[in-house]
Amino acid sequence: MSTEVLTAPTDERVFHLEQEPEHPEGTSTALGFWIYLMSDCLIFATLFATFAVLGGNYAGGPTPKEIFELPLVAVNTAMLLLSSITYGFAMLSMQDKDLSGVIRWLLITACFGAAFLCIELYEFYHLIHEGAGPQRSAFLSSFFALVGTHGLHVTFGLIWLFTLVVQLRKHGLSPANERRVECLSMFWHFLDVIWIGVFTFVYLFGMI
Amino acid sequence: MTRRLLILGLTLFLAGCQSDVLSPSGWVAEQLRDVLLITTILILLIVAPVMVAIVVIAKKYHHRAGQDAPQGYDPAYAHSNKLELLIWAAPLVIIMWLGAITWVTTHKLDPYRALDSAATGVEDGEEELVVKVVALDWKWLFFYPEQGIAVVNESAAPVDVPIEFGLTASDVMNAFYIPALAGMIYTMPGMETELNAVVNEPGAYKGRSSHYSGAGFSGMRFTFHGMSNEEFDAWVEKVRAEGTELTREAYLKLAEPTSREKVRYYTVSDPDLYHDILNRCVEEGQTCIDEMDHGTGGGSMTNEGHDGDGAHGDASESHSSVSHGTLDVAANEQN
Amino acid sequence: MAAGSGEIETTFLLGRLNWDAIPQEPIVWGTFVGVVIIGVCAMAAITYFRLWGTLWHDWFTSVDHKKIGIMYMILGLIMFLRGFADAIMMRAQQAMAFDGNEGYLNAHHYDQIFTAHGTIMIFFAAMPFVTGFMNYVVPLQIGARDVSFPFLNNFSFWMTVGGAVMMMVSLFIGEFGQTGWLAFPPLSGSEAQPYVGVDYWIWGLQVAGVGTTLSGINLLVTILKMRAPGMTLMRMPIFTWTALCTNILIVATFPVLTATITLLALDRYLGMNFFTNDLGGNPMLYVNLIWIWGHPEVYILILPIFGIFSEVAATFSGKRLFGYNSMVYATVCITILSYLVWLHHFFTMGSGATVNSFFGIATMIISIPTGAKVFNWLFTMYKGRVRFELPMMWTIAFLLTFTIGGMTGVMLAVPPADFVLHNSLFLIAHFHNVIIGGVVFGVFAGINYWWPKAFGYRMNQFWGHVSFWCWVGGFWVAFTPLYVMGLMGVTRRMRVFEDPTLQPFFIVAAIGAVLILAGIGALALQVFFSILQRKNNRVYSNDPWQDGRTLEWATTCPPPHYNFARTPVVYDLDAWHDMKEHGYVPPREGFEPIHMPKNSGAGVIIAGISTVLAFALVWHIWWLALVTFVGMIAAAIHHTFNYDRSYNIPASEVRETEHAVDHATTEAV
Repeated sequence: MSTEVLTAPTDERVFHLEQEPEHPEGTSTALGFWIYLMSDCLIFATLFATFAVLGGNYAGGPTPKEIFELPLVAVNTAMLLLSSITYGFAMLSMQDKDLSGVIRWLLITACFGAAFLCIELYEFYHLIHEGAGPQRSAFLSSFFALVGTHGLHVTFGLIWLFTLVVQLRKHGLSPANERRVECLSMFWHFLDVIWIGVFTFVYLFGMI
Repeated sequence: MTRRLLILGLTLFLAGCQSDVLSPSGWVAEQLRDVLLITTILILLIVAPVMVAIVVIAKKYHHRAGQDAPQGYDPAYAHSNKLELLIWAAPLVIIMWLGAITWVTTHKLDPYRALDSAATGVEDGEEELVVKVVALDWKWLFFYPEQGIAVVNESAAPVDVPIEFGLTASDVMNAFYIPALAGMIYTMPGMETELNAVVNEPGAYKGRSSHYSGAGFSGMRFTFHGMSNEEFDAWVEKVRAEGTELTREAYLKLAEPTSREKVRYYTVSDPDLYHDILNRCVEEGQTCIDEMDHGTGGGSMTNEGHDGDGAHGDASESHSSVSHGTLDVAANEQN
Repeated sequence: MAAGSGEIETTFLLGRLNWDAIPQEPIVWGTFVGVVIIGVCAMAAITYFRLWGTLWHDWFTSVDHKKIGIMYMILGLIMFLRGFADAIMMRAQQAMAFDGNEGYLNAHHYDQIFTAHGTIMIFFAAMPFVTGFMNYVVPLQIGARDVSFPFLNNFSFWMTVGGAVMMMVSLFIGEFGQTGWLAFPPLSGSEAQPYVGVDYWIWGLQVAGVGTTLSGINLLVTILKMRAPGMTLMRMPIFTWTALCTNILIVATFPVLTATITLLALDRYLGMNFFTNDLGGNPMLYVNLIWIWGHPEVYILILPIFGIFSEVAATFSGKRLFGYNSMVYATVCITILSYLVWLHHFFTMGSGATVNSFFGIATMIISIPTGAKVFNWLFTMYKGRVRFELPMMWTIAFLLTFTIGGMTGVMLAVPPADFVLHNSLFLIAHFHNVIIGGVVFGVFAGINYWWPKAFGYRMNQFWGHVSFWCWVGGFWVAFTPLYVMGLMGVTRRMRVFEDPTLQPFFIVAAIGAVLILAGIGALALQVFFSILQRKNNRVYSNDPWQDGRTLEWATTCPPPHYNFARTPVVYDLDAWHDMKEHGYVPPREGFEPIHMPKNSGAGVIIAGISTVLAFALVWHIWWLALVTFVGMIAAAIHHTFNYDRSYNIPASEVRETEHAVDHATTEAV
């Protein structure tokens, strides 16, 4: 690459910074969190792959057509999509440095998220009650694992969201808090994207 | 170098005396051995000079403390287009060669492929011998459906007759391995793998499970006999004469975990027994995998064990299939 | 043992835990007594010398990447000893158990030992070693003051410790799995293994896996974001390059492991049907998923080791690494290809010929970049000034040993050859050939190479040489018989053998294991004498090997807490060599305050709670699981309320530190 450099060490080189750079904390946070999301994405990829392999093994048990209720799932999807939109409004408020706006929109997001979870829990309860629990067949095992993992993520998102609201009340829109709002935003939209995959591959394809 | 020569010498020595892998008694295993040897020689073409070069260069440029730098020391030497080309091209050429051999031999020696008579030295018009194998905890059960017999921990075949093994397992995974006869293949519950082989020399050969399957695994061995046609017929007669009937109850009793089981002979009059073992429905009331509704139709909630209370009422009474098409690596149907 | 048929008794308070859980084996009891005695002695010594405060404040809660790196190495060494104890027990058993002799281990014990040996050596010896090196060296090599997320680094370490603790606990309470190190179902399902062994495996790996994934993310971001000004990707030291690729692999494969093991846990705990025989489950899916993680894992271990050998070869040949670009491309090629070969671990599952040959050929293709690397090391020595210091001796031993391992690897990659060699002792010899000849030798090369940097004094040479010859000789004595037996059709994981003609081979292998034991003993003595003679072997230069080329040699031995008083600027590959060429003298005045992260005990606490949670799950102590789960989340949330995570080292203190080093050096000279 540069053998000539080795033999011609004459040019002036300053081998340290004259001025130590400002070290704003958290410059790597967004990238780090994004990489975390990608690794999380692989967990979902594994679960999707599992569903793709086992999703047809009904073992004499119920089939998607018999147990899925598309209208309910559509409402559920709407809840999550709306929550993503309201989170977007929270981000806009943050850009305007409007603390109460951020908190308000976050809480609205939480409401939609909670509604999503409630509907999902109702669906699960209903399925288990009907005898279509996760033990019934490999199809149902992989269904519950995939959808349940997504639901768990939403649950943790909600816990995080409430924690963040407390922190925002306490410390306002400090740089650290702004970073956290941004990370949660990525997390929330990520879950939305995953859900679109779930909705398409599990529910819609299952009904075909 | 000396070490490797030693290894090589040892292996050659072993080939002459006792290694089932290096001096096998069946055509398939012989072919596998040949692939192994060709591969070794091909890789040695590059590995041997490299190892020599490592020693030579390390010696030549060895710098002892307090002495002058070795002749030819050139700290700036860090790049050479010619050498770079060589270090990528040389392995590439070998691997292309080896890759071609791999493609051809893997297809030729696919365990699912029926042996053709021209290649095997098998007499033309020879009917295949079908043997169905079940790996139990921890013993082997061999069904000879055409002969109506079953044997525990002993198997036999006439020489020069192609054998088609169909293999499954009762509840955990094992691997079926007769080094002198052919390569190993997994046996898995609820599905059948296949192995085609032929024994060309009479003799008694060691066979065993080569995939760990639990406490009794070490004792999970059997003997495989290559025999003349007459001997084989006599052996079948002997099994028939000495054997008791392998009823479902007897099978379930046999399937209970034991190790180092002695050879047992059975007659089999129930033609569905192997099928039901494979499909996990030997016991009363179990639904066979191949009869299980895959849910393509609407009325899938009708299997046994399901009543009005819900499909998960009694999970143990219904069984499902491992769908062979879903994982392409599991493509058990080869055609 | 409570394992076996029948219902397992469960109480509310203790779950499945009761007095029957204590193994009734004299060997285990003896070990337990030994561990207790050593533990009590260690505790007493720490108390006597009043070291608890130092340990807690300076080490356990430290977010300094160098200290965490050293702690990883210590963890690796401890677990390596445990894994080796398992190995030598197996060798002894197999050397004895012929001709009706049952040996001294029953199946229940022996099967746990080989499962634990594999699990521990990969997850809790090799992984901590590799992570330890990356932690210690990478920030120094890229001219950074710490990693991107220092607290996370501490937490990752303690999660790894948590997993290791689960492994150790399984020795004395309950049992470990009897499945082989990858726990293939249905054997690892609740029907075949109803007791707690597989659960220990599951939760130990889950706890450690979280740590590994987070550490991977952390180091990846560190390498991408924290490089010194001027250090472009193609000016990164080769070790950092391999670390980058390894961390990409970690981030991109450990989630698959986590998900797969979780599904296995769901099968076992909730009766689901992912990998069961019945109701549509498919054990083959598990085998695929686990190897989709498992094969890249091999490269996670070996790539940074390749990096170590590259640094060592260049340093001790007094030359720039030959073909740096080639080396980088080869590393990247291996990273990508490592995802496309997982099926070669089960050619014998009955996949089609086309599938098998695809994966076989893909596997062989990996040997091209690997071969290119071997050539690069070779040509680095060529026209060099090769000093046979210990790190270089390990490198040459590696080159000779690993080449054979690579060769047998290509043999196994040809499906028809694999049909006879798979699951045989040949396979065992092969992967020990690459893991001992590659990873272990590389770890020793790295320890000898960076020890003066980390501690400011050289290692003892005599015992280092003894260790080297015992290891290299011991390796070949132990594994050549295994190669030969593999070619005779002898298979793995056997407890007893029927064929008495094999016994001599196993006795030779056992002698090899004893030689390796001597090598480990010599290593311990090497460390002991190194510490004892530290004053005599003290190094005063930043660059004790004289021919150091990368930035870690630009700072003091040991480096100050902040690594570099002034952020280095990079103009070329081999930045430190470049500085030397230009006669660079670091400024002695004009220091500025340095911004550093604060220590935190939260990592220890959260990881500790996670470990208790894992224990509760293993033993089905549901109330404890619930309490610790909630506690873990509460502790994590509590930690997020700590906004005060950094401080400034004042310029005066930096000046003092720097001048103190100068002072010591001039005094010595």
